[in-house]
Amino acid sequence: MNGRRIVSYFVAFAKGYIRNPIGLFFSLIFPVILILIFGAVFANTGSSSVPLYVENLDHDSAGSLAFLSALNHTGAVQVLVVSPDSGNLSTYLANHSDTAGLVIPVGFQAALANKTPVNVVVYTNPSAASQTGLVVGAIQGVVNGFNLREAGGSVIVSSTFLNVGSQIYSYIDYLIPGLIGFSILTSPMFSMVNISSTWKRDKLFRQLSLTPLTRAEWLTAALIWFVVLALASAFVMIGVGRFVFGAHVSVQGWMFPYLVAGPVLFVSLGLVAGSISKTPETAAVVGNVILFPMMFLSGTFFPVSMFSPPLQDVAHALPLFYVIDGLNAGVLFNNGAGALRDFVIVVGIAVAFFVAAVLVFSWRED
Amino acid sequence: MSAAIEVQQLVKTYDKLRAVDGIDFAVQPGEVFAFLGPNGAGKTTTVEILEGIRPRSSGEVRVLGEDPWVKSRALQRQIGVTPQDFHFFPKLSPREAIDLYSGLYGVPSRAKEILERVELSDKTDALFDTLSGGQRQKLGLALALVNDPQLCFLDEPTTGLDPRARRAIWSVIRGLKAEGRTVFLTTHYLEEAQLLADRIAIINLGRIIATGTPSDIIQRYGRPERLHIVGDPALADPLRQQLDLPVEVQDGGITVELRAKGDALKILNWVASSGYSYSSFSTAQDTLEDVFIRLVGASDQVHIEEPLENHAT
Repeated sequence: MNGRRIVSYFVAFAKGYIRNPIGLFFSLIFPVILILIFGAVFANTGSSSVPLYVENLDHDSAGSLAFLSALNHTGAVQVLVVSPDSGNLSTYLANHSDTAGLVIPVGFQAALANKTPVNVVVYTNPSAASQTGLVVGAIQGVVNGFNLREAGGSVIVSSTFLNVGSQIYSYIDYLIPGLIGFSILTSPMFSMVNISSTWKRDKLFRQLSLTPLTRAEWLTAALIWFVVLALASAFVMIGVGRFVFGAHVSVQGWMFPYLVAGPVLFVSLGLVAGSISKTPETAAVVGNVILFPMMFLSGTFFPVSMFSPPLQDVAHALPLFYVIDGLNAGVLFNNGAGALRDFVIVVGIAVAFFVAAVLVFSWRED
Repeated sequence: MSAAIEVQQLVKTYDKLRAVDGIDFAVQPGEVFAFLGPNGAGKTTTVEILEGIRPRSSGEVRVLGEDPWVKSRALQRQIGVTPQDFHFFPKLSPREAIDLYSGLYGVPSRAKEILERVELSDKTDALFDTLSGGQRQKLGLALALVNDPQLCFLDEPTTGLDPRARRAIWSVIRGLKAEGRTVFLTTHYLEEAQLLADRIAIINLGRIIATGTPSDIIQRYGRPERLHIVGDPALADPLRQQLDLPVEVQDGGITVELRAKGDALKILNWVASSGYSYSSFSTAQDTLEDVFIRLVGASDQVHIEEPLENHAT
């Protein structure tokens, strides 16, 4: 290994990469576009309340207004009163594409005063499961509170709600480590699959093999470049997340081992995929077959715990899962043991693919 | 002084195909050696074995005294290579390419000097993907010179170039020879080989079918010099009877094969005094291209009678 040759090649490789708009787009701009889109779409996920359309047939009685006020105070729903002249509430909801409704019956106030049973009717949409859960939970909570008060009882078991991990404040805080992992995957994989197949076709490896540059030096220079790119990408995403969406994720120590081991893993995997393919066209297919499932099933955009059990098993077989899981453990949850465990797994997979890449990647002819 | 390149009984097989079939030749230091052959003859395979990037199946090869497959790293510092159909990194300029190679070889960059030498100074900072075919080949040649090599392998360096670009590359090759460097040149252009090469080897179907200087090969395998007279075809019979030389009637005239130096003068004197009409005359000699076509054609005929799997296609 010769440092001067590595530096010379690194400079040339970096210039070639920076001057290629496609490479630069996928490395730095595409993840920023994703963070802007996903960040905007889910910006209010943590704080938004579900609209609840209410038909108050008890004509604004004190009891019904107190019930609705209590619902509003849960924060889970936003009460929107519909005129009783609007007709059937179910039809109204369907006509307006709304998902949740409540009917307070005539005599609600009187029932409270007389302590006789009364029933409120709740309409929900099964296809909006998460919103339904919020609505049902809020209404059930208020109903229970009213029943307890009317029965003259007192609260025995109470609860306090806190965030998991010190850094999670909103979806954007979860998204940033996922997109850093996404960037660690895509730039090296796309590039190395392309390089290892097209350079073979264009005889560029043959050209390099006629110089004193060794394969190990070539690979080292490429790895350094992709580590630099991963670092730049991580800083850009944290910057955009904080500046645009007010994210709380910051640069932390556990990021750096992953920003080194991750590119090693995916440079090696890309090199293997490109080297075993006979043509650049085949290499592109092989690369995409590996890349796309990994991109979406490794917890980049949503936690793997939301997936069905079979998909969770698939996720656990994907190298990117351990990169993202480790970044989450280290950056979001301050879970050093979890981050270390995932890092050991990432290093193990990286070493295996690196050895495979060295074995299958040749730049001399047979 | 030992040969710059020595090849003995070199064989390269791919499965049942014998791409190179037991060839022998040597290239002396300081000479321009042209390696000629039709497509698929085994030229590039041979060159790549000599460059150390392809292993041989059997035989002995020495380049600057070393086995190129075993000592490829050491040899790379002493040889320069311009590959066939040269490609490079599309987003690097010629100056950056030379800077890169200088860094890899550990020598100071002489970008300005080298680019002037290959007549590429006007494209110093143009990116490779904007260069024309000829400019790309010139860059390939420039990169082969970065490490100041003793031996240059130039694999079809002028293929597809316009006449001006070809002449620029010829000029560089002549310069390399003048500096005492050895040049191993493969080319499809027989005129180029005839102009530049000290010696030539012609390979066909993996076997060398002729070696020598261009004039030796033309003399040995070419037809004798001929006199062509544009005139009355009736001249043919009297000429045959009077001079006892082979005479053919073709292309609106008469062609007489010359056997001795004075034959042409003797024929012209006789024609002038014979009273037959003629408009012009000229002499013709086989070029290397004529000889090449005849040799390769003859070689194909010989080999067709042998099992085809023994030869490159």
